[in-house]
Amino acid sequence: MTAPVERAGTTTPAERPETTALAKGGAAPDGPVRRWQGSAGFAAVFTAVAVLALVAAPLLLEPFRLGLLAKYLCYAIVALGIGLAWGQGGMLTLGQGVFFGLGGYAMGMYLKLNDAGGDLPDFMVWSGVEELPALWKPFGNPVFALAMVVVLPVGVALLLGTLVFRQRVRGAYFAILTQALAAALVILLVGQQGLTGGTNGLTNFFDFFGHDVAAEETQRGLYLIVAAVLGVLYLGARQLVRSRFGRLLLAVRDGEERVRFLGYDPAVVKTLTFAISAGMAGIAGALFVPVVGIISPALLGVVPSIELVVAVAVGGRFALAGAVLGAVVMGYARTYFSEELPDAWLYLQGALFVLVMTLAPKGLAGLAAGLVRRREARA
Amino acid sequence: MAISEVTVRDAELLAIEEINAAGGVLGKKLEPVVEDGASDWPTFAEKATKLIAQDKVATVFGGWTSASRKAMLPVFEKRKALLWYPVQYEGLESSPYIFYTGATTNQQIVPGLDYLKEQGKKRLFLVGSDYVFPRTANKIIKAYAAANGMEILGEEYTPLGHTEYSTLVNKVAEAKPDAVFNTLNGDSNVAFFKQLKAAGIGADKMPVMSVSVAEEEVKGIGVDNVAGHLVAWNYYQTTETPENEKFVAAFKAKYGADKVTSDPMEAGYNAVYLWAEAVKKAGTTEVEAVKKAAGGVSLDRPEGKVTIDGDNQHVYKTARIGVVQPDGQIKEVWNSGEPIKPDPYLKTYSWAGGLV
Repeated sequence: MTAPVERAGTTTPAERPETTALAKGGAAPDGPVRRWQGSAGFAAVFTAVAVLALVAAPLLLEPFRLGLLAKYLCYAIVALGIGLAWGQGGMLTLGQGVFFGLGGYAMGMYLKLNDAGGDLPDFMVWSGVEELPALWKPFGNPVFALAMVVVLPVGVALLLGTLVFRQRVRGAYFAILTQALAAALVILLVGQQGLTGGTNGLTNFFDFFGHDVAAEETQRGLYLIVAAVLGVLYLGARQLVRSRFGRLLLAVRDGEERVRFLGYDPAVVKTLTFAISAGMAGIAGALFVPVVGIISPALLGVVPSIELVVAVAVGGRFALAGAVLGAVVMGYARTYFSEELPDAWLYLQGALFVLVMTLAPKGLAGLAAGLVRRREARA
Repeated sequence: MAISEVTVRDAELLAIEEINAAGGVLGKKLEPVVEDGASDWPTFAEKATKLIAQDKVATVFGGWTSASRKAMLPVFEKRKALLWYPVQYEGLESSPYIFYTGATTNQQIVPGLDYLKEQGKKRLFLVGSDYVFPRTANKIIKAYAAANGMEILGEEYTPLGHTEYSTLVNKVAEAKPDAVFNTLNGDSNVAFFKQLKAAGIGADKMPVMSVSVAEEEVKGIGVDNVAGHLVAWNYYQTTETPENEKFVAAFKAKYGADKVTSDPMEAGYNAVYLWAEAVKKAGTTEVEAVKKAAGGVSLDRPEGKVTIDGDNQHVYKTARIGVVQPDGQIKEVWNSGEPIKPDPYLKTYSWAGGLV
């Protein structure tokens, strides 16, 4: 479990976070900012965060709080994908819950079948299903189920992206389409109670690959896995953004027609990015299931999908780190407010969003970048 | 917290206050910790975990909808803690770490059907929100109908929170059933009853039997729209017992004279008393001892005598059918005469054989 620490710590990307760079320019092209990027800064910050997350948190937090942090980090993985698709690629996706759900249900189905040990899962029994549905059978195989965690969301996103981006559907139309997809999936899952557990979803898991899912050690291990996966995906996404492909993606965001006239196909760039963000959401969903112990339609509908976009906006959508930060901050705020003020916490959560958006339209990351700039200007 | 959940919480806080005023339990005062499940299933599980692991509470009262209970069930079973669930539900469950103080199906839905049959209402139309309780309830209703020579003319579901019922009301009007069995949840009832009335279908021609409409909901629906229709519960604000007189008076004194009491509130209120009684009997708040002591605990409550069934941890309850009155109250027109033994799996009903 400590391996990811070293890996995360020693991966020393060569430049400073693009986060600050992009936040400065906002939607503007990112050309001039690269010159004040240094490698040491990013490596130091990333290592510090990794040590904090992988070593300090498990030591300092009680198991219950660590479990909550694991949940926030699952959402942060989805947020990272949204940061990539929306912040970098300009695709406002209001339906990431769909991909989160596909990954979550793939994992949940395997865990349910594994617990049932040859019998029918509990909810099928009380829904009057007598034979295991054909759709479920292959999910008894862990390798198949784990593959589906990524293959299903990526497949759906590739299909959707190919259909939609080829037709040059974008902006609000794309957002509405993804939102409709989330609403449709919820209706489908709720209606097929015998197949999906209906509104209750899949819950009550016991065994996670040979470990008692409720045990403290398992939960700590799961936390480390989630944190490590987030770290690796973050570095991967960062690398992607800084690659040729990433520059193309930014170009598509800021001037799709121009990119097309330069001979690139924006549809391909967008579809691939959308698929990557969907894959991330799928992985997050799969990790969420053993961490939280439930996957249900309420977790992947329109509202949770939008809440994640809000979290990314709060954190700062132009920076990948901002997206991650936003998800953790909003997750923590939700827990904190609801524990301290059970009657008013929803208003406070809303107020936090309004406050950040009014005072710092580029989110927390934009705010941080602004402070750094001011200090450098003084120096 | 949704309106209905707030009222249950208020009733539970009232019970805690009353018990404390009478000296507490085992010489100690009860101290409530309130958490909000936000009508969101994983949040219910998260808050339950917090109450058990961090606040180290002796027991938890709460939950609203079966989905919230199903989400909390593993938390309580794995941590060996106690949950008291106060809402009527679809049965088919009996967790060793949950006490169910609301009705199971044989204390609400089955008596509701018995009543309709007695009234000669043989052709039914089923209307429900699309989630687990209505779907399971309707499965039971269909099995009952098949065994009792009743006919189901239609079965329609709408998404939770749905408010457009003109199509559905047309379907119901065309089918001309003797009665409608309604398992719609929350706000959907407002739209359904309004549009039913607008279509000129009154309770005299086609009564609607509802199992999720209590005094609190009648206020929201607007009494003009729902007066004369039937409901099935175990308790009404008008139920005539000395305990209820006290409960209604105390609730109004604490929360306002315009407040009403309802079945889930009363079941939550009872839960606190039943737990306190079991703790007194056990001499400790330790979960296993309380569970053991709880079986057979019997109290006179606002709804009448309630007794915990030690085998399935449900409660013996008297079924009551009522008619909504023009003043928003519910008048009882039939009751089961005695508390019905809870049978969450309907094992004692031959017609329910194929269900579980």
